[in-house]
Amino acid sequence: MNLLTIAWKSLRQRALASSLTALSIALGIMLMVAVLVINGLVTNAFRQSGTGFGLVIGGRGSGDLNLVLNAVYRIGSPGEPLPWRFYRDDISQNPLVESAVPMAMGDLTNKGQFPIVATTPEYFGLGYAPGKNFTLRKGGRLLGKYFSAVIGSRVAQENGWDVGSTFKLIHGGMDDHVHDEKFEVVGVLGRTGTPNDKTVFVDMEAFFMLAGHEKPVDEAIDRLRDFGYEVTSEQEAEIRKAAAELNHEGEAHVVAGDDPHYHAVPDDLKEVSFILVNTKDIMGMPFLAGQINEGVRAQAVNPIPVMDRLLRDLVGNVKTLLLCLTGLIVVVAGVGIFVSIYNSMSDRRKEIAIMRALGAHRGTVFSIILSESLLLCLGGGLCGVLLGHGLVVAAAPFVEAEAGLILNAWHFEPLELILFPVLIVMATLVGFLPGMTAYRTDVADSLTD
Amino acid sequence: MSLSIRELRKTYSDPGGRQIPVLNIDAFEMCKAEQVVLVGSSGGGKSTLLNTIAGITIADSGSIVIDGTEVTALSEPGRDRFRALKIGFVFQTFNLLPAFTALENVVLGMSFSGQRSDRSHARQLLKRVGLEHRLDHRPSKLSVGEQQRVAVARALANRPSLLLADEPTASVDTANQDNILSLIREACTENNVSLLMVTHSLDVASQFERVEQLSDFNQPEVAV
Repeated sequence: MNLLTIAWKSLRQRALASSLTALSIALGIMLMVAVLVINGLVTNAFRQSGTGFGLVIGGRGSGDLNLVLNAVYRIGSPGEPLPWRFYRDDISQNPLVESAVPMAMGDLTNKGQFPIVATTPEYFGLGYAPGKNFTLRKGGRLLGKYFSAVIGSRVAQENGWDVGSTFKLIHGGMDDHVHDEKFEVVGVLGRTGTPNDKTVFVDMEAFFMLAGHEKPVDEAIDRLRDFGYEVTSEQEAEIRKAAAELNHEGEAHVVAGDDPHYHAVPDDLKEVSFILVNTKDIMGMPFLAGQINEGVRAQAVNPIPVMDRLLRDLVGNVKTLLLCLTGLIVVVAGVGIFVSIYNSMSDRRKEIAIMRALGAHRGTVFSIILSESLLLCLGGGLCGVLLGHGLVVAAAPFVEAEAGLILNAWHFEPLELILFPVLIVMATLVGFLPGMTAYRTDVADSLTD
Repeated sequence: MSLSIRELRKTYSDPGGRQIPVLNIDAFEMCKAEQVVLVGSSGGGKSTLLNTIAGITIADSGSIVIDGTEVTALSEPGRDRFRALKIGFVFQTFNLLPAFTALENVVLGMSFSGQRSDRSHARQLLKRVGLEHRLDHRPSKLSVGEQQRVAVARALANRPSLLLADEPTASVDTANQDNILSLIREACTENNVSLLMVTHSLDVASQFERVEQLSDFNQPEVAV
């Protein structure tokens, strides 16, 4: 019979007290594991949202964090937009660039107030995470016609929309200005667990056709010049002529393309909020970012370090705080184990003395008590890990419903591996004093008790 | 010679710091497989003598030799190991461990000897003491007589050369007293084990061929 078996049987003899002390450890570890797993999943979800592309390019002055929050998480309002010419000539045609996807933002859906992202079908080719491509529910398509829209899974769920549903846009998020034009849902995206689930993607050309979405001609020309483009008098005249062909306040009225009611907005009156860029090779990314950031017109940001910084500064502190709190719970539980074992020692003096009389060394009885502490801590810890993941399983439907975050209960955080060495150290500390009491037991005295 | 004691002295300090001599034995010997009963009054040093022979209590001076090994010259771990291998102990209050079944209590006796636990030997011993149907019962589910029989089986688990029995029948009723005594004596005879039993009961003592009055050879003197 080995020491662990002896320790286990001794614990079983005090089943209620042992279970309660192990439970206290289990609860502490459960909370710790839940914090670690949920934090890891949130961090991953947060980080992978911006991994389909290498750079986000936006207007100067909005700050790199704001740029990433707007472009990737659709939080806040976009800053100064970029002229379409910048996207078309400077970025798309840049020899370093493999793909560039424009995005225009600012409007919301009239129902549910979900953010609108006007973009091109190429956006969906970027993927929403490394190796993860967007999927469409059966019967859908990815934009490709005027006033078409593709909606995220959460939008479909909350608004009850499907292919064929129509909706209007609230201009710039102002409740009193709803555009007259209706957009039609042509595709519903599969669940991604990213902000895309809560986004409505609309056809970019149609988006520019909406009232107030093209730049007024004078402002557009000034903006182009401010941006450093040469606008000759001939070009200016062409821009003004094209603008004049648009209806009052920019509403299109001339036949264009496959829709008889609208006329494409001239490129020089268009603006984009962001451009998502992938370079041909990884070395091109910092080079291109450097080129853009050297100028005064735009800024290019790699979203990954920005998100890492945000996670470290904000979420990281919360994680540290939660881990400290749960760590304290585990320490308190450890003290509980100490008290439980230590208190039992006075009742067990005779038991220890009998073992010694049967030939057990002092070190052996010390080890038995230490083994009891280890079994309680590790057994409680193992239950805690399982309960922690169980808690994530239980919480997953609620978290998904409330936050749109997909929780994989069996997601394993490497930090969980540290729990067991920590528990072993704690068990050793907790078991040391009671173990020494056993070690010092006076056999002859205790046998006569 | 199975047991040889020479010039054994043991003194305790009382709470006031006075030295109280308990053992003062010039010579005591037992032959191999001999069965000896020590009779003495309460507080006469019987248990201290057994504990000292077993290496649980350390003598102030003198020597105890068991089967050619001078126990008093061994280190504490050496005494523990020697006790596990060579000495069986039967206590007045049985001292079974409550967390373990009858079989496990016997196996536990083997576990501390550093040898592989032999469960089949443990079963045989329990069968020998008539408890083959009670192997998986914990002490709380056994009668007093059954508990003492488990204690006897445990004491014999490591095939000791010397069995020390400290008032083994004091806690059992008269009906069980003879059974337990017969069992211990027969088991020692079958296994060629020397038996040193202490008792204050003259009835028990009368069943042994060699009866020693502890006061005849233990003469503690009051220390200054």
